[in-house]
Amino acid sequence: MKAFLLLEDGTVFEGNSFGKEGKVVGEVVFNTGMTGYQEVLTDPSYCGQIVCMTYPLIGNYGVNLDDIESVKPQVKGFIVRELCKTPSNWRSIESLNEYLKRHGIIGLEGIDTRALTIILRNRGTMKGTIVTCETLEEIEEKIAEVKAYTVSNPVLQVTTPEIKHYSGEGYKIALLDYGLKKNIVRSLQKRNCEVYVFPCTATAEEVLTVEPDGIMLSNGPGDPKDCRFQIDNIKKLIGKKPIFGICLGHQLTALANGADTEKLKYGHRGCNHPVKDIEKDMTYITSQNHGYTIIKESLDPEIMKISHINMNDGTIEGLKYKNAPMFTVQFHPEASPGPGDTAYLFDEFIKMIDEAGSSNK
Amino acid sequence: MPRRNDIHKVLVIGSGPIIIGQAAEFDYAGTQACQALKEEGIEVVLVNSNPATIMTDTNIADKVYIEPLKAEVVKNIIIKEKPDSILPTLGGQTGLNLAMELAESGFLEAKGVKLLGTATEAIKMAEDRQDFKDTMERIGEPCIASKVVTTIEDAVAFAKEIEYPVIVRPAYTLGGTGGGIVNNEEELRETGGHGLRLSRVHQVLIEKCIAGWKEIEYEVMRDSKGNVITVCNMENIDPVGVHTGDSIVVAPSQTLADKEYQMLRTSALKIISALGIQGGCNVQYALHPTSFEYAVIEVNPRVSRSSALASKATGYPIAKVASKIAIGYGLDEIKNAVTGKTYACFEPTLDYVVVKIPKWPFDKFVRAKRTLGTQMKATGEVMSISSSFEAALMKAIRSLELGIFTLEQDIYKKLEGNELVRKLSDINDERIFVIAEAIRRSVTLEEIHEITKIDYFFLCKIKELVLMEEKLKSYTPGQLTGDILRKAKKMGFTDRVIAKLTGTTKENITNLRKQQGIAAAYKMVDTCAAEFEAATPYYYSTYDNNSEVKQSSREKVLVLGSGPIRIGQGIEFDYCSVHSVWALKEMGYETIIANNNPETVSTDFDTADKLYFEPLTPEDVENIVEAENPKGAIVQFGGQTAIKLTKALDEMGVRIFGTEPENVDAAEDREKFDEILEKTGIPRPQGKTIFTLEEALAAANELGYPVLVRPSYVLGGQGMEIAFNDRDVAEFMEIINRTVQEHPILIDKYMMGKEIEVDAICDGENILIPGIMEHLERAGVHSGDSISVYPTQTVSDKIKKVIVDYTERLAKALNVIGLVNIQYVVYNNEVYVIEVNPRSSRTVPYISKVTGIPMVNLATRCMMGMKLGDFRFGTGLYKEPEYVSVKVPVFSFEKLHDVDISLGPEMKSTGEVLGIADNFPEALYKGIIASGIRLPQKGDGILMTVRDTDKPELVGIAEEFEKLGFTLYATGKTAHMLNHNGIATNAVKKLDEGSPNILDLIQSGKLGMIINTPTKGRKPDRDGFKIRRKAVEMSIPCLTSLDTASAIIRCLKLGKTEGQLEVLNLSIFE
Repeated sequence: MKAFLLLEDGTVFEGNSFGKEGKVVGEVVFNTGMTGYQEVLTDPSYCGQIVCMTYPLIGNYGVNLDDIESVKPQVKGFIVRELCKTPSNWRSIESLNEYLKRHGIIGLEGIDTRALTIILRNRGTMKGTIVTCETLEEIEEKIAEVKAYTVSNPVLQVTTPEIKHYSGEGYKIALLDYGLKKNIVRSLQKRNCEVYVFPCTATAEEVLTVEPDGIMLSNGPGDPKDCRFQIDNIKKLIGKKPIFGICLGHQLTALANGADTEKLKYGHRGCNHPVKDIEKDMTYITSQNHGYTIIKESLDPEIMKISHINMNDGTIEGLKYKNAPMFTVQFHPEASPGPGDTAYLFDEFIKMIDEAGSSNK
Repeated sequence: MPRRNDIHKVLVIGSGPIIIGQAAEFDYAGTQACQALKEEGIEVVLVNSNPATIMTDTNIADKVYIEPLKAEVVKNIIIKEKPDSILPTLGGQTGLNLAMELAESGFLEAKGVKLLGTATEAIKMAEDRQDFKDTMERIGEPCIASKVVTTIEDAVAFAKEIEYPVIVRPAYTLGGTGGGIVNNEEELRETGGHGLRLSRVHQVLIEKCIAGWKEIEYEVMRDSKGNVITVCNMENIDPVGVHTGDSIVVAPSQTLADKEYQMLRTSALKIISALGIQGGCNVQYALHPTSFEYAVIEVNPRVSRSSALASKATGYPIAKVASKIAIGYGLDEIKNAVTGKTYACFEPTLDYVVVKIPKWPFDKFVRAKRTLGTQMKATGEVMSISSSFEAALMKAIRSLELGIFTLEQDIYKKLEGNELVRKLSDINDERIFVIAEAIRRSVTLEEIHEITKIDYFFLCKIKELVLMEEKLKSYTPGQLTGDILRKAKKMGFTDRVIAKLTGTTKENITNLRKQQGIAAAYKMVDTCAAEFEAATPYYYSTYDNNSEVKQSSREKVLVLGSGPIRIGQGIEFDYCSVHSVWALKEMGYETIIANNNPETVSTDFDTADKLYFEPLTPEDVENIVEAENPKGAIVQFGGQTAIKLTKALDEMGVRIFGTEPENVDAAEDREKFDEILEKTGIPRPQGKTIFTLEEALAAANELGYPVLVRPSYVLGGQGMEIAFNDRDVAEFMEIINRTVQEHPILIDKYMMGKEIEVDAICDGENILIPGIMEHLERAGVHSGDSISVYPTQTVSDKIKKVIVDYTERLAKALNVIGLVNIQYVVYNNEVYVIEVNPRSSRTVPYISKVTGIPMVNLATRCMMGMKLGDFRFGTGLYKEPEYVSVKVPVFSFEKLHDVDISLGPEMKSTGEVLGIADNFPEALYKGIIASGIRLPQKGDGILMTVRDTDKPELVGIAEEFEKLGFTLYATGKTAHMLNHNGIATNAVKKLDEGSPNILDLIQSGKLGMIINTPTKGRKPDRDGFKIRRKAVEMSIPCLTSLDTASAIIRCLKLGKTEGQLEVLNLSIFE
């Protein structure tokens, strides 16, 4: 069966359908990671987005039971150049096609993904639609539909419905779930933490009732400015406990501290983004997935300072706060997919809790 | 960290001659290093014995020493030049070993010379087997059960403990020289003993064999601050057990999930951090196919063949960045040359697939064992890029220039089912075709996997190709739809193959393709998968609709490269191609280079204005021509690879700059060439063309023995033999006629005279002969395998005049524009022409350097319309310098079992070195020691076994050796004759005369040299062959020509040690 990608500017790519057949509208973004498609698919931050992989051979190692960042694929649609029909890896239990079919995700394969990437790079992220059909008709209507598409409060769609508890012998961490990747929980568990995962709708008071030693703010999808409730909530948590924020958590914390955010032309999505840790004067390769960034000029130097910058485009990748034991990063130290070079940040979070604890005494 | 301010003058050590395991990749690396240092205002002193390299050009380094890569020699260079530092990690294992030797001896410290980049201790930690194991253990990285041993008994004991099969790996050797997998004690004793002898430190590692695991490599970089990045990872299609240099490799890895990819990446970065590497490094892993278990196989603390591949596969200039790191820069301070905006501290991401296939010398050495193991055998490699694995594989296969364009090969079709399945377990260069044939015959992938251990992913891809072949076969040309055609093109099938499979003509397929709008599109290699706009003019083809190539309005010239390094076509042609590009750039042309060899300077994306990394076949080149519409093409510099494309380019309507195609043809076609000789009145050895044995015998007897017998239309002297009698002729004719001959067989009078070689530049009116070279071995040894001397030492002025005259006449008769190479033989004071090649030759780089004439530059300018009068070098024979240069061939026989090392009309050397001095014996001595020949020491034994015709001449040679204080050995008749002539010689038993015999003597270690001239003829000269192979195994120099023996005597008589040699830099030729 044929399938088409139609972008809001009228560009059409013709390929073949895989996964579920049908029609889907979303924001079209590209990811440059060469491995890790299963993690990408299940990363809730992709909620509302159609993801195009720039690496041409996808599905080579199939789909397994372990490499999931949430219970199901979260992307709206998936675009690859060549879908591997005969995966080979000892952990694989099914092919990518079967997996997406099972979860009702629409896929498009066999298009020139590099050409699509160049369009998105030059014109910026666009909305688009994947349509499974033999001939693409009523293009104008479809473009209108694409243009009208908005995702409202995607965070609410992906957050956990109830509090989850993971036992552990070490520090008690309250983890606010804006669309978290499971590896954040695993990274904390690796450091012996006891973890309470809260829905993004939980109030500051609810969060503090478990008497956490530290608070983590997770990654998540969408425009941070849409998360009014969450921003207000963070304001109430500042100074109460040491805080570590990742991705959306980083943006929300900045907004809660009076800074501003803006949308990037085409975002950062991949596993090869170099980020400099200014204090250490070291550059690390990071895993990234974000479409928004904090505006440098909006920072209040009295409250925060830049701790990490992106070596490619100079955007802010991390902030350290002066008003409370609190730091946040734009990239993903929990990796999955991508390099674990910045996993040390979890250790620094633990250290921050150590220090907060000893100064309290 | 900014650049160190204590570095002003750096010595860069090159890697020496091309040998198996160390090819052109170090010319690419060294050239990049020199350029990177020079742009920092650092004075660069370079030493390398290989004159065919670009790095030894005086415009690459400030001072260039073409000198033997020996510690004592390099010490003298250091004393003379007083560099403050040495850069040791860009000259391969040779350069690294040499630097380590200088460091360990305390010399560097005494002279205040710093080693740049990775510290000595770190190198030792990575290179020394035990240190490395201990380090891995300390940081918790798993290694394979192994033990370093220094005696064979310890090896045997340990093997018992870990159980056979085990792998033997000698320490400090190249490309795993002397190693291998052994299955029992007997094999271990043989291979282990060999390995111990070859290792510089007399150590071998005995290791548990994990054949069948996945082999994965990571190319990583670290700066002095501790920043670490991965440039690229690669997966070997052949599982562990085949040397990575002999494996088909794909980048990036295809069958690893992110967890496995990151697990090994983290490990690699941990290892380079623990070792404290400063620069590039390669880490090899074995990964268990069904678990997360892995083991570190090896770490190369330097730029390597794999890093050249990774560099070209990603666009990340590893050698350049490694050099910048060595002088203090951090990865976060070095600009990314690809984007021009970002920094070197990032990880390239690919949006295409890269396949590398080794180029093996088995087409040349038909008797060599084709089995692949831990000992590398390939001389070079090809790389291809495409957006699917299938297309990349097909492109790489046709880049090998084996006349193979598809996986379907007739020779495997003939195999019986059982035989075919049995053949699957032979690990050799043909296996991929055997697998394809097995799939075609419905052998299950399970069975194939069980035997080969090759991952299903790759087997499935091969199956896709086979299915497409079968599908195409099921179509008649009329049924072929655009959809299928497009699919086949995307999978990498050429029009010619599709035509053959569908039973139509190539033209029909091409027309159908064009009707359907199916054309090659070009994509850019940009290190970032299009995330950022890049400026790299580095392209590969796909069959998509969107092409990224923008045609400029400038006048463009397409330069065709020379493909993979192989015997007979080495790095010298890359040198020529690059120099031609540079000349064209100087003239204001836009230059386009097409090549497929990842080890070269020509495939650096900043050499030409545009680089097309593509197979060099007519269709692939035609696509480039359509995309670029060049003014014309240059084929003279890319060796036979480019010359072969002349006709196709002509048919495409592309103008060939330089000598017209019809004149190129005239030099190759015997009849046309004879006509020209007649017209110009130049004699050649008499010859006849014949078809039958009777005619052959009649011709041979009429000409008089010895005669040269060869099939016509062959290259590089392939299949050429010297016959001394009717019996030889009968034997050769039988061999030649095993394959049906379309063309007559040639029988020429063999003149055992002096061979002379000339390279000349012709502008259509005048010629310039930079130099006349003389071969040390008399005619009969291929010119590439001869020791070549410039200026000539024994050629009279009268003969030289004749040669100049003949050269001029021939060049004009053939309307040569550009370069021409002519070989003559001087016999009884008469000059005869043997061969004319209207193109660049392998002597061009060396003659350019020792005459100071930029030959390729001048030739290119002539081809573009300039005249010799426009330059300052005049015409006619150029003045000869006061210095003598001796080119000595280098062989890789220790890597190739079952290859006869005796020299003849067919070329066998893989590389060359040059010795330069103000007198002939010293230049010769430098050349000999640079080539790796260990001269015998006083008191050593010298064994002489020569064919009867050589015996009279041997007397004088033996006498000299005796006078020089050597102990002589010879077999019965020879010993008797020598003793009869008053030369004390010990008689040794032949192989069939009981023991102790010759082989025992060779084994005893008493011998310093062997002189063995083989009985001529192809009949396996068993004793001689065994003697020669044994000599190779024992690393005893074995000479197969008395002329070479005489040369060695001159070296010995010189009585100089390495340290007494005067070191010279190339400025003496300015």
